[in-house]
Amino acid sequence: MKSVAVIDYGMGNLHSVSKALEHVADDTRVIVSSKAEEILACDRVVLPGVGAIRDCIAEIQRLGLDEVIQQVARQKPLLGVCVGLQALMDSSEENDGTQCLGIIPGKVLAFDKNLHDPVTNERLKVPHMGWNQVNQVIKHPMWRNIPQDARFYFVHSYYVQPKTPEPVAASTSYGFAFACALTQGNVFAVQFHPEKSQHVGLTLYQNFLNWDGAD
Amino acid sequence: MGLAKRIIPCLDVDNGRVVKGVKFVDIRDAGDPVEIAKRYDEQGADEITFLDITASSDERETMVHVVEEVAGQVFIPLTVGGGIRQSADIRRMLNAGADKVAINTAAVNNPEFVQEAAQRFGSQCIVVAIDAKQVSGEGEPLRWEIFTHGGRKPTGIDAVQWAQRMVDYGAGEILLTSMDRDGTKQGFDLTLTRAISEAVSVPVIASGGVGTLQHLVEGIKQGLADAVLAASIFHFGEFTVEQAKRAMAAQGIEVRL
Repeated sequence: MKSVAVIDYGMGNLHSVSKALEHVADDTRVIVSSKAEEILACDRVVLPGVGAIRDCIAEIQRLGLDEVIQQVARQKPLLGVCVGLQALMDSSEENDGTQCLGIIPGKVLAFDKNLHDPVTNERLKVPHMGWNQVNQVIKHPMWRNIPQDARFYFVHSYYVQPKTPEPVAASTSYGFAFACALTQGNVFAVQFHPEKSQHVGLTLYQNFLNWDGAD
Repeated sequence: MGLAKRIIPCLDVDNGRVVKGVKFVDIRDAGDPVEIAKRYDEQGADEITFLDITASSDERETMVHVVEEVAGQVFIPLTVGGGIRQSADIRRMLNAGADKVAINTAAVNNPEFVQEAAQRFGSQCIVVAIDAKQVSGEGEPLRWEIFTHGGRKPTGIDAVQWAQRMVDYGAGEILLTSMDRDGTKQGFDLTLTRAISEAVSVPVIASGGVGTLQHLVEGIKQGLADAVLAASIFHFGEFTVEQAKRAMAAQGIEVRL
């Protein structure tokens, strides 16, 4: 039987993520774990995360999971979700600057609190919270059966800015276009919450369970 | 195109049962929160809010089971309010599968609780619920105050200042209920909603008074709310969430259809 590990480092939307995976995992065992050997024994791995990034990174390091995530990122399909995406970057502006895992080159920036829609001039609230459109900029197995510009649920005050455009798999517009999904080899990571995005979100998890890590 | 305005049906739950009857034709058990949440999800609700009005804290455990069961079947954001008084209550609800908690009385009694909760769990899951009532008389500049105990107990706290303070303390969203309008079906207090929405940087959910679909439109357009919450118009089967969204879309509001 195939298996997927949801990394448990005490931060998060773990229950939502594991429940959504269980919902679509007909022939895959879902485990929630903070143990290196259990995580590394699975076929694929999800890195979730909510809350403050400094706490997330600190817990990942305290549990000795940074090396585990690095190893997974080199070997098997890895899905980062929300802060789980941000944690993969080099660094974040949050909490006066936080060093992250450095798996995807780039940084995490804060939305301007004075954000406005460039067309309507409507004031845009931060956090960016709710259902926004995900514009797929590449073809990818993770986008299978997901319509172009489908709406996913977002809640975040920081966004990622990769160093080069190569890893960008999708973008979303909130005052400006930002990268809401990145991919690099066998790593795929999203800013939105598939586990809270109803049908399209479940489809994305289904795609992840079927993904072999190739483009 | 961009971020959609949200429609959030709200269920009042008393000891595990939805109060205020529901008349979905093909639901056998009209008071089952799980069935009703599933129905709203199918209709396209953007989030669901549960308000636990259980009087006794012993029975609050029931709410945990409701959330657990809903979270295993409904994959949209869930908020739980009512009886959130300490960090352990938040932890319990998040572990059960809630995405956000709404803090009301506990914030008024101890504002630092909001700060502590936002630091510990992240602003994204801390909603501060504000029950406000107009206190200014005729001819005076408009002023609203915070009331607790279902609108019975005045606190002397200015609603706009309170909302700003709660955001400074880390609230990620404000759930604003007009106690003057709640239950009246006369529409939101649009002046209040707009005053709060303009005063804070975080999203505001308008609540209290929805009787027609046009009221939802007004809440967004005139009240500048980011989301609208309603209970009875959906419960009594007057309108589906989808009908509400179509009405909003027809007037140029971006929604998820």
